[in-house]
Amino acid sequence: MPSPRTIAIECLRYDPETDGAPRRQTYEVPFTDEMSVLQGLQYIKDHLDGSLTFRWSCRMAVCGSCGMMLNGVPALSCATFLRDYHPGGVRVDPLTHFPIVRDLVIDQDDFLRKLSSVKPYVIADKPRSVEEGPYRQTPAQMDDYYQYAQCINCLLCYAACPQYGLTPEFTGPAALALLHRYNADSRDGGRSERMQVINAEAGVWGCTLVGYCSQVCPKGVDPARAINQNKINSTKDYFRHWLMPWKSR
Amino acid sequence: MDATRTYVRPMRGWWRHNPYYRAYIVREMSALFVALYALVLLTGLFRLSQGRAAYDGWRAGLATPWAVAFHVIAFAFIAYHAWTWFAVMPKTLPFVRVGGRRVDDRTIITAGAVAAVCAELVLFALVWWTRP
Repeated sequence: MPSPRTIAIECLRYDPETDGAPRRQTYEVPFTDEMSVLQGLQYIKDHLDGSLTFRWSCRMAVCGSCGMMLNGVPALSCATFLRDYHPGGVRVDPLTHFPIVRDLVIDQDDFLRKLSSVKPYVIADKPRSVEEGPYRQTPAQMDDYYQYAQCINCLLCYAACPQYGLTPEFTGPAALALLHRYNADSRDGGRSERMQVINAEAGVWGCTLVGYCSQVCPKGVDPARAINQNKINSTKDYFRHWLMPWKSR
Repeated sequence: MDATRTYVRPMRGWWRHNPYYRAYIVREMSALFVALYALVLLTGLFRLSQGRAAYDGWRAGLATPWAVAFHVIAFAFIAYHAWTWFAVMPKTLPFVRVGGRRVDDRTIITAGAVAAVCAELVLFALVWWTRP
């Protein structure tokens, strides 16, 4: 039987209890054509080094847990294959711009705070009673927000956004895309409640349209579009308050 | 329990490591040539306000090889900068629908760029035919 092909997987290691700064460790991993980078990491954990720490869950690009930097590019490690890096190796880093908790695990708390700040749920304009039946919507109305609803909170877009790295207050791509997802929903009436987040310095105006967020998104959400069309909405809002101050909140 | 000690990586040299970021920096830097060219035009306006001799001096300055070289380089960067505006245009728009179908990004970019080139040609023709 021929010996299996192997690939070098270089991982960032960081143990907050013993390391002052991250270090690197390379593992030689046997692989087959159908093995993802995530499966390579699982091989390391099961057979080579049980202390390697990383997040994962669904293994099929749905849960958004296994986002990592693969050779410096933000990607879902479950949807990226080792064969595409062979015969070279693959360098695995935790998602950039986020604090490292341990090895390949980042601290998501900042994002989760921002996510809740955009009120990512339908705020009904006029709540309907059960007798009145469900909130109805045409396919065209659904098309207005559907792509933004595909976000899986994997945070690849934050790792792609230098503005978030340079100015951590920036609300960031995914949270603003989800904000737009609800604003664009015909059943929603919460627009004015979310306008403050949009208008803030750290809101849509924190974006300089680098555009890499939309490039790396594994779900085709296009956060750059959600953010930048809201610059127009924010400008309109500003002039409306300026010209019609009696309508100000 | 103590808060976990995390490690924050520095951002120094962030734009050098990724071709996408390098292109972004070139896009942003190309705007400098727009500002420089605006300065050249403003200088011309200022010299015009000082009288004919001053204005003719400014025009003679434009005819030097250095000035011509600057204009060639500035034109290339400004044309590139203008193109990048059209390239990001779809990102700044809500979905455009024609006959119930969403217009794709490529069509929006092409339409914008073609409209800009046509406007330039009209402007150039107007200046050409109304020259003294």
